[in-house]
Amino acid sequence: MAKQYDAIVIGAGHNGLANAAFLAKAGLSVLMVEKNPYIGGASVSRNLYKDWIYSNCSYVCSLLRPEVYRALDLARYGLQVVPYGGSVTLTQDGDYLGSYIDPDASRREMARHSPRDADAEVRYWRDIMRQCRFIRQFLLRTAPDPTSFKPRDLLELLHLGREFWKLGESVMYDTMRFYTMSIVEFLDEYFEHPLIKAAHAGSGIIGSALGVMSPGTAYVLLHHAMGEVDGTAGAWGFARGGMGAIAEAMGACLRDHGGEIVTGSGVERIQVRNGRATGVALENGDEYTADVVVSNMTLPRTFLECMDPADLRPDFLTKVRNFKIRGSSGKVNIALDGLPQFTALRENRELMHTDMHLIDSVERLERAYDDWKNGIWSQDPYIDMLIPTLTDPTMAPPGKHFMSVFVQYVPPKVHGRDWTDADRDAFGQTVLNQIERYAPGFKNLVLHAEVRTPRELEAEVGLTEGNIFQGELTMDQLLFNRPIPGYAQYRGPVKGLYLCGSSNHPGGGVMAAPGANAAREILRDLRKPNTVPEGWLDD
Amino acid sequence: MTDHDARIIVIGAGHNGLVCAAYLARAGHEVTVLEAAAEPGGAAVTREFAPGFRVPACAHLLYLLDDGIRKELALDKHGLRMARSGLVSIGLDPDGGHVRIAGASVGGVADADQEAMQAHHRRMRRFAHIIGRLHNRQPPRLGTTDRRDLASLARLALDIRTLGRTEMREFLRIAGINIYDVLQERFENPVLKGALSLDAVLGTFLGPRSNNSVFCALHRLSGGGDYALPAGGMGAVTAALASAAREAGAEIRTGSPVARILVDHDRVSGVELDDGEWLPAAKVVSSADPRATLHGLLGARHLEAGFAHRVGNIRMRGCAAKVHLALDGMPEFTGLDAAGAGERLLIAPSLEYVERAFNHAKYGEHSAAPVAEMTLPSLHDDSLAPAGQHVLSAVVQWAPRNLKQGWADARAAFLDTVIDTMARYAPGIREQILHAELLTPEDIERQFRITGGHWHHGELSLDQFLMMRPVPGAGQYATPVPGLWLCGAGSHPGGGVMGSAGRNAARAIVGSNRE
Amino acid sequence: MRTVRFDRRDHYRHKVFPSPFHARQQAHNELKVWSRWFDYLSVPAYTCAQMEYFAGRNACGVFDLTPMTKHRVSGPDALPYLNRLLTRDVGKIRPGRVGYSVWCTDEGQVIDDGTVFHLREGEYRICSQEHQIDWFLISALGFDVEVVEETHDVAALALQGPTSCATLKRMGLDGIENLTPFGLAHFDFQGTQLMVSRTGYTGDLGYELWIDPGHAEPLWNRLFEAGRLLGIKPMGSEALDLLRIEAGFILAGVDFMPAQQTVRPTHTRTPFELGLGWLVDFDKPVFNGRRALLAARERGPRYRLVRLDIEGNKPAHHSYVYSTRNKNIGWVTSAMWSPSAKANIALATVAAPHGEPGEEMRIEIYYQRELKWSRMMASARVVEGAFYDPPRRRETPPLDH
Repeated sequence: MAKQYDAIVIGAGHNGLANAAFLAKAGLSVLMVEKNPYIGGASVSRNLYKDWIYSNCSYVCSLLRPEVYRALDLARYGLQVVPYGGSVTLTQDGDYLGSYIDPDASRREMARHSPRDADAEVRYWRDIMRQCRFIRQFLLRTAPDPTSFKPRDLLELLHLGREFWKLGESVMYDTMRFYTMSIVEFLDEYFEHPLIKAAHAGSGIIGSALGVMSPGTAYVLLHHAMGEVDGTAGAWGFARGGMGAIAEAMGACLRDHGGEIVTGSGVERIQVRNGRATGVALENGDEYTADVVVSNMTLPRTFLECMDPADLRPDFLTKVRNFKIRGSSGKVNIALDGLPQFTALRENRELMHTDMHLIDSVERLERAYDDWKNGIWSQDPYIDMLIPTLTDPTMAPPGKHFMSVFVQYVPPKVHGRDWTDADRDAFGQTVLNQIERYAPGFKNLVLHAEVRTPRELEAEVGLTEGNIFQGELTMDQLLFNRPIPGYAQYRGPVKGLYLCGSSNHPGGGVMAAPGANAAREILRDLRKPNTVPEGWLDD
Repeated sequence: MTDHDARIIVIGAGHNGLVCAAYLARAGHEVTVLEAAAEPGGAAVTREFAPGFRVPACAHLLYLLDDGIRKELALDKHGLRMARSGLVSIGLDPDGGHVRIAGASVGGVADADQEAMQAHHRRMRRFAHIIGRLHNRQPPRLGTTDRRDLASLARLALDIRTLGRTEMREFLRIAGINIYDVLQERFENPVLKGALSLDAVLGTFLGPRSNNSVFCALHRLSGGGDYALPAGGMGAVTAALASAAREAGAEIRTGSPVARILVDHDRVSGVELDDGEWLPAAKVVSSADPRATLHGLLGARHLEAGFAHRVGNIRMRGCAAKVHLALDGMPEFTGLDAAGAGERLLIAPSLEYVERAFNHAKYGEHSAAPVAEMTLPSLHDDSLAPAGQHVLSAVVQWAPRNLKQGWADARAAFLDTVIDTMARYAPGIREQILHAELLTPEDIERQFRITGGHWHHGELSLDQFLMMRPVPGAGQYATPVPGLWLCGAGSHPGGGVMGSAGRNAARAIVGSNRE
Repeated sequence: MRTVRFDRRDHYRHKVFPSPFHARQQAHNELKVWSRWFDYLSVPAYTCAQMEYFAGRNACGVFDLTPMTKHRVSGPDALPYLNRLLTRDVGKIRPGRVGYSVWCTDEGQVIDDGTVFHLREGEYRICSQEHQIDWFLISALGFDVEVVEETHDVAALALQGPTSCATLKRMGLDGIENLTPFGLAHFDFQGTQLMVSRTGYTGDLGYELWIDPGHAEPLWNRLFEAGRLLGIKPMGSEALDLLRIEAGFILAGVDFMPAQQTVRPTHTRTPFELGLGWLVDFDKPVFNGRRALLAARERGPRYRLVRLDIEGNKPAHHSYVYSTRNKNIGWVTSAMWSPSAKANIALATVAAPHGEPGEEMRIEIYYQRELKWSRMMASARVVEGAFYDPPRRRETPPLDH
């Protein structure tokens, strides 16, 4: 008879690890199971080529809730996040728009393209920060069920309403408009210059199955702006040693609190007996039992692949099937023999340390999306790339570099059929050729390239259809609608089964908030002391 | 105080202007309606576009006209009659596999889709009803402590809550998203999905995959979803409204274009006509679109800058064109009998087709393979065409107002594209054409004085709905300038020949007088 | 000759740029400490902030104003445009005159304050603390007006203090003594136009000098030559700050938040709440914020910006303000010991209805002596007007002080 655990958490991504760590901190005996022989999920550092370390899925850090960082003592367990600051958008004609850590330099750079826009940026960030400030307070809270009459839901709904009301009349209207507009329409209200609009628009579609002209993308932008590094709102940083450092620190915290981690075998079945989750059976035949089973897997993977349909209601399964989780992005991780020379940045090394984007108009971005709708990866893709080794010396040999290339759009299937290796290689070439256009000679520097389409993301990380947010961030899948109405409080349809992945509120990004929120709900149900921190107030 | 000081001037004798004038006159006000054109009607007019052929020049189907208005203003007594109501929507299939949609029942599809349609229709009707109930209310302001505003919000919350738990969840889930995802969840037949998606994007700058399109579908359904053809064309509706307004005591002056709205110190004092005549008035109510009214007739300088900026940001990029064909006989649609041709015919054979047609609009191009909503009103109303001959009236998309290449160079090619598209479904139609007219949004802008040529005087979408329509700060029909009011489709509840904006505005004006 | 160029890609190599007066500033800057004022290097103190302060009250001090944001407004609709933009009646600012004003959002919240120079019939300059071109252009919709930012096209110096008039006279600016407060005049300076306005940020006799950047250094040299026997000194921003607090002048970003940058909805202020109600002219039919301000006047202010005369000698930096019943009612935004008024003074924000003139309050002051922090509760009184208000400020012609 195997050991009986208090809780089993499936999937050692950052949310699963955070969840498990909070449960372990509360004194529960916790077992973490992970299908890969390593932990991290999409927050991972991989050694796939010689002495290079790749952050081969997620690649930068900002959204990680600082409350979680602190409560789990991640600094003590070795996590170090170093801000890189700034970004640059390169145009086809060899110019660029840089954003510098120095606000005055950034303003002058924008004024170089449009003095009016440089000043409008102040108004723009005020309005974005108003929205961030509003949304941030709900990240570490469980969404209320608006159909419920339970006191807790009514109070939470009241709280939400009151916080909204506190914005004041005009900001309330702004907020309602913000959630339903497209990023392009939103930007049109601030800026006039095409490059400045394009540079801002990218954040509205990263990870999203929407185009920059699709209503609803203004919110996606928010999802990329609501993070921080050391209290600097909207800032981004590298986890030293790659994104795996986040998972490693969480794993160390978990083990330190007595948690166990079993890697190398995926879950075959979540076992249910008498309407109660009782444990898991792994693909290697091992079985573990526990009072509580927590799934950090995507919603479809949890219910369509790892559970017996007989244990679930048909209408629930229909809703799970209708869950929107279309992948839209790909990734190319590259080992470089030296620093590439971007035509536009030949003189300006400073901006190569930052987040580099290849785009120069919103129309190009939208056409990239049209390809995705037509079932093909963008032929003129939007690229968001970084060279972390310019900041973090641990990821490649001296003088050599690791380059992380995030690409949009990439469909989950090619013309309705599964991806093939040939498709993947062709996609990789599209990406390398795109970079080569901006940095002649780039391809000669490529020592190794790992090309990841939604197929690889799903196969290795378990992200259904390769959606990096574990489910699209649209109005039908946000807040109390996430993942599906009626199941937005981390509790599954079967007793003892919980969900803690990014499929749940507040969604994707290396945030650890769904994992933390789920832990709070579990501890509440088990009548254990809460170990999950409340959000830090800002008034 | 002289009589003229108490006069209310209504700018524009379109349906909303006329409804507003009629209600104001009935409440005892002295009302003068000023119309630029030679006849009242605005965009709801019937006119001769070729000798002997008459056609509704802009809007061509009646489906949202408020029943209360029809009854209260006794429009039937003023001559309003339907040549045909309860039109069936037919999703055309180039191969003849047409889909007939009559409310909840659908023909030409598999059983599963028929069943799904029953549920879908019931649901959408219920949700549309919630939106429909908002039509006749003044939108509440947020952040106030006004009892009426709070009551109005509470009523909306209650309406949603009384859907019951399951339906409320479904409403909150789909109200903000796109019709593509919803239809993909529920249906199989591509022609059915195409046709249903067209209802969500007609008259909008949205494709089926654009969020907000479910909301537009609900808005279209909010009048009950019954499509009718007024006898004598759409002009018959406004003729009846004009008659009702006159009977109530309103004066209608046609051929009197307003040049500007006059301001005395900080309030409106009347209007000046193109010919220089000054007409003093205590209040001016404009049924022109909000940007034409506030930036054009009034002038942004009389507004505060933030508000004027918001008015400039109203999205009103017209993208629907109108095509009128004078036909030397009855067109033959493949696989459709003559009776079928008299219904509401939709060219939208699949979701992908509609989405592709929309793609062009994003880049300032017209659709290479457009979608269309067609009617042959002369089949039901012989006053519109000589015997044996017919008129075809079609709304065609997408034809963006700001075409990159300019409409002067593109119109011939686009009309040709449209006729080619129609000929795929009615192969002999090209040879039957005696005369063809294309009204691009640019033409509509010029002829009907609608900024952007947008029928709804502003996109219908969640960010331009209710108290945010046309813009926050003018969502309750009063503008920030005392004495100036809005009553057109740019205001809540928006476009379509509905009349509710006109009546709500009249009520607000009458109410403000009492206070 | 601009010293800041945005059109060059390599601007990023310098995070801050020299002002047109830089060579002279550098020569005087004995402390070798520089600060930043938007695009420009600025001097916090050349030798000793206190001595520079006294130059401003006792002789005259020169402060480089070039980094201040400047805009040019011209065109047939310039006056109606400004009347709609600003809260006061700009028609009353005749050509050759300068006026202080604020401008507001539609919600009646102050965006910024600044001075409006009516340069010549129908042509204006607006100087402001923050960049305003976005809002100024938004406001230009519907007006036949041209609005451009000209910060880098105009070099400017403030010459403030009792001997400032005498210095300018010695410089050969004939008739300068007849310039009344808030007046401006044009002079020839080595073939270019030198504009002098009797304005300033010190509440004392003083002038501001405006010239094209190419003539910046010669102007500085001539000025110092003329003032050599009249105690002229370069003055840094620290001294200027002391002078403006004594004068009771407020500073955007310090004493109030500019509305265009304020994220938290209740942290902005109406002109009434800043004690600037006198700048709001409701007789104008329309101006930005009018409707909201009419309502705000009805409702009364939420806050008041008050000038406090505080007991004792310990400056009340960052202090909380309490009512006499010990209720926390606000906070200090600027504070100092005033050497001229010999008083412990502060500007503070308090919640209305507190803040009536003469009202007694209590201030929680923290002060440090040899590393040890102490706390005291000091009583304070709300006073009106400037803390230091010498008659020479208004004299025309000014006596030779």
